[in-house]
Amino acid sequence: MKKTLYDKLWDEHHIHSFDNGYSLIYIDKHLIHEVTSPQAFEGLKQAGRNIWSKKSIMAVPDHNVPTKMREDGIKDPISKIQVDALNKNCQINDLLKFDLEDIRQGIVHVVGPEQGILLPGMTVVCGDSHTSTHGALAALAFGIGTSEVEHVLATQCLLQKKSLNMQINILGKMPEYFYSKDLALLIISKIGTAGGTGFAIEYTGDAIRNLSMEARMTLCNMTIEAGATTGLIAVDEKTISYVENKPFAPKGEEFLKAKEYWSNLVTDSGANFDKIVDVDITQSSPMITWGTSPEMAVAVDDKLPDLEDEKFFSRKEDLLNAFSYMGLKEKQNVNSIELDKIFIGSCTNSRIEDLRIVAKIVKNKKIAKNIKSAIIVPGSGLVKERAEKEGLDKIFKKSGFEWRSPGCSMCLGMNDDKLNEYERCASTSNRNFEGRQGRLSRTHLVSPATAAAAAIHGHFVDVREII
Amino acid sequence: MKKFKTVESIAALIDRKNIDTDAIIPKQYLKAVTREGFGDNLFDDWRYLEPGNLGDDHSLRKKNPDFFLYNPKYNGARILIAGDNFGCGSSREHAVWALMDYGFDVVISTSFADIFYNNCFKNGLLPIVLKKKEIQELINIVNTNKYLIKINLVDQTVLCNNLKIKFEIDARRKEVLIEGIDDISETLKLSKKIKDYENKKALKTPWMFNG
Repeated sequence: MKKTLYDKLWDEHHIHSFDNGYSLIYIDKHLIHEVTSPQAFEGLKQAGRNIWSKKSIMAVPDHNVPTKMREDGIKDPISKIQVDALNKNCQINDLLKFDLEDIRQGIVHVVGPEQGILLPGMTVVCGDSHTSTHGALAALAFGIGTSEVEHVLATQCLLQKKSLNMQINILGKMPEYFYSKDLALLIISKIGTAGGTGFAIEYTGDAIRNLSMEARMTLCNMTIEAGATTGLIAVDEKTISYVENKPFAPKGEEFLKAKEYWSNLVTDSGANFDKIVDVDITQSSPMITWGTSPEMAVAVDDKLPDLEDEKFFSRKEDLLNAFSYMGLKEKQNVNSIELDKIFIGSCTNSRIEDLRIVAKIVKNKKIAKNIKSAIIVPGSGLVKERAEKEGLDKIFKKSGFEWRSPGCSMCLGMNDDKLNEYERCASTSNRNFEGRQGRLSRTHLVSPATAAAAAIHGHFVDVREII
Repeated sequence: MKKFKTVESIAALIDRKNIDTDAIIPKQYLKAVTREGFGDNLFDDWRYLEPGNLGDDHSLRKKNPDFFLYNPKYNGARILIAGDNFGCGSSREHAVWALMDYGFDVVISTSFADIFYNNCFKNGLLPIVLKKKEIQELINIVNTNKYLIKINLVDQTVLCNNLKIKFEIDARRKEVLIEGIDDISETLKLSKKIKDYENKKALKTPWMFNG
């Protein structure tokens, strides 16, 4: 029988079928951070249960950690309790953890692939919806709640019902300055934030094959914003050379054996998808979100929606709500939107390639006077080190950006990095929900290139016009 | 987990789609290390006119009189009716804990986000998917009269005045709620199968087990 990549990953990890349609699925890797794990460890302790496989776990604090003055430690006492709880749980159980002082520390979804802890063909879970990132490695990776974190700790398994298969087939070549973040926003604006609910999505097409591994991670990361918990890309040469020589990846003979296994992690030709969506990108422009849901996105050379235009997905009330919250008007030109802050970072866009793109655009330019703050938060200590070796930090600082230490930072504002009320931010993160970056904050999701261009001009501009 | 019993209650209505888990429980409350006490911060940004933090006395914060759950007609509601794609976004289970701590036992919508839907069944919250037309009929009755809605999970019915709507739920999830089943105990009964699987895989793909 012809199988999709998702079918193959599923079958390889399938342990048991229950007669009610559920299956027991084995989990290879379990990523843990401080926010969604303490109640799971506590539950385990109360039930007197043990961790099934300690070596399947990688832990790292990221959501609560400060991104400046790291040497002073965590000042917020409540955040500190949570990070201390993670430390304690890892210590007691002897789990692999990258401490705040460790250069390998960073955002869990940047660190995992960077270390080669996550490999093609694995099942990967984390109490974090952006676990979908790792589908870029052809790993079956998805976010779970805290009760399921506890379930995996105790049993190394999850009870799952198989998802349906969806193929998103990209037609045409990626236009210049149209990045995988733009592609993700374009897809979400087409299929909606619930378009992928119930599906595992596989991205296909020459454009996908031409994306770098980091760009693939950005696309798979945003899959959850289209409602699908899993976004996959088949293994190719790029996948294998990305993994090769990573610290935790197999070496020598074992690598060769693994490579052979990995090369089968592709959808068989003729395999059945329950749903196929074609997205033509030939004429596409960089995207920005204008509203309070990732599906509320337009091309940067377009206008904001016309409330009378029936083609828009939403009801009028939803559009009105979003316009009012965002302090914007219908039919407004995108380039008339002035910004207060710029955030470059998050598990979506904080890898070295993202930083290089930003550096290229801001080099020898100053950020606009109306920008109150522009911060760049690398995804890990190793990304930071690499950027500094390449001299990117100097370019950023000279332009007026702050160069921070790694963490989730302003993507969700659990640490000190947040927006004040009514502040407007061009952000390379993944969610523009009400209050996401701070109470009454206004978030526009964009690619690193568009964020960088906005920093220089103080308002949104079409990055293609300023190069 | 406590067993799900029949619920008879008025329903609170929020006519808004894509209610995300950030809206249900904002990030600052995620710093808690327990599962309790999130009810005071359910829909926190919509509910209070001033910012709040974990550990604050929320009774002292200025309330938003227009917040839907402050409408006296929704006092004591254990059923929430909301727009499409409820619970999208972050995987935070705190969203389910907050809804339950506030007093909700049932959420009705046309659709739920996958992770939220899954989290409900780990805690005893019943998410019911109904068709748009059915929800509209329900709302019409609830809006004109103060009828109670009766949710019977065993029969899979929503009853309100003369309206009777049958809803779908898969047999396993229904059983989990009715019996209050602990998934972990169930899975551990299969320990031997899990170990056999590991042994088999350790030969086939040994690198998957490198720590």
